[in-house]
Amino acid sequence: MRRPTSWAEALSVRAAAPDLLPIAGGTDVMVELNFDRRRPPGLLDLTRVPELATWTVFDGTVELGAGVTYAQVVADLGDLLPGLATASRTVGSPQIRNRGTVGGNLGSASPAGDAHPPLLAAGAVVELESVHGRRSVPVSEFFIGVKRSVLEPDELIRSVRVPCATGPEQFSKVGTRNAMVIAVASFALRVDPGRRRVGTGIGSAAPTPRTAPEAETFLAREIEAADAWASRDPLPAPVVRRFAELVAAAASPIDDVRGSASYRRHALTVMATRTLGWAWDEYRQGVPA
Amino acid sequence: MKVTCMVNGEERVADGVWAGESLLYVLRERLGLPGSKNACEQGECGSCTVYLDGLPVCSCLVAAGQAEGRVVVTVEGLSEGERLHPVQEAFVAAGAVQCGFCTPGLVVAAHDLLERDPDPSEADIREALAGNLCRCTGYEKIIEAVHVAARRRLPEGRREVG
Repeated sequence: MRRPTSWAEALSVRAAAPDLLPIAGGTDVMVELNFDRRRPPGLLDLTRVPELATWTVFDGTVELGAGVTYAQVVADLGDLLPGLATASRTVGSPQIRNRGTVGGNLGSASPAGDAHPPLLAAGAVVELESVHGRRSVPVSEFFIGVKRSVLEPDELIRSVRVPCATGPEQFSKVGTRNAMVIAVASFALRVDPGRRRVGTGIGSAAPTPRTAPEAETFLAREIEAADAWASRDPLPAPVVRRFAELVAAAASPIDDVRGSASYRRHALTVMATRTLGWAWDEYRQGVPA
Repeated sequence: MKVTCMVNGEERVADGVWAGESLLYVLRERLGLPGSKNACEQGECGSCTVYLDGLPVCSCLVAAGQAEGRVVVTVEGLSEGERLHPVQEAFVAAGAVQCGFCTPGLVVAAHDLLERDPDPSEADIREALAGNLCRCTGYEKIIEAVHVAARRRLPEGRREVG
């Protein structure tokens, strides 16, 4: 096991030994090792890299170190990133949230990762780095397949940059119980009056987490047309219905042990309707800008 | 690989550790601390819960080498010699121990809750213990045990009657 104590050292270890499996909170990696699904030549422990364990706010954007745990997100970021904090609250159990990290969730790139829908809805950008340099990849372009991402063998995830919320954010997840659930389907919504846009994120209903771009454009256009950013009037039922249809249409779910494709589509319609209802109610009750 | 960490207040050294080995394995098989139980090995059941640098975690999901230089407290570290910790006493008093396999993890999780919140609501207790499974399904008694432990810890004036 290599245990770098700075970001520069982590990058040089990564470059010299790309076969080492990076590990942060271990909540995915250790399961693979415990069940003999993977036998890497060694591990690259990232829990001692101080640069990864912190978050900063600059110019309306949270730069969230890849090693920040879900428990820290819940404790500290509920105001700036309510969607991510809500999703983090649904992760595993207290024990898992104390270890699991947002960066690790991205690294695992599971279609069911709970952090992904709110990051997508927020238009977040993943910061990747190797000894050769740094690059920024929008979360919507980060995932390329089931548990696959654009991360190169010599790269590590440094952070994710998330624009701060300017309005309500909601997250909804369907599972068999409240705790310890891998999402059957999940959905995140950002109502962003500051940027006059709507953000969406779909989880567990396609090979990768993805946005619903047509739903986003449709709703933002309807809100604009009705001058509802300013008036905060209720959204007409047909608009909400159409938004939910467009969200479900953006998914390409499969039948698996956790649920059928048609159930997932139905669940997305319901979650899109509910989250929009909650978010818009919250916006209506907010103090007008 | 050699791993050195503070376990229950003592510096302990485990030698010959494989890089992918879990902290749970080191505690049970190398350091003679079988209190933390090995069941699901995937963070689902909570029976291996220990404190790592003051936070409850599943020790099956901590790579042993990640514990180097860290502070670990297991269920064995909560009691004082033969005297049970009040949380453990409450589990006995409330009849919350059936087969006992899940008990160590639940005791650590309940201990952590009461350290953070001396007077938790029922919902708080359920949330705090959501990562611990009891195969005997004795959850009602377990939740009652946490209430009992909380009542015993609270100053007289704040104790509920009955």
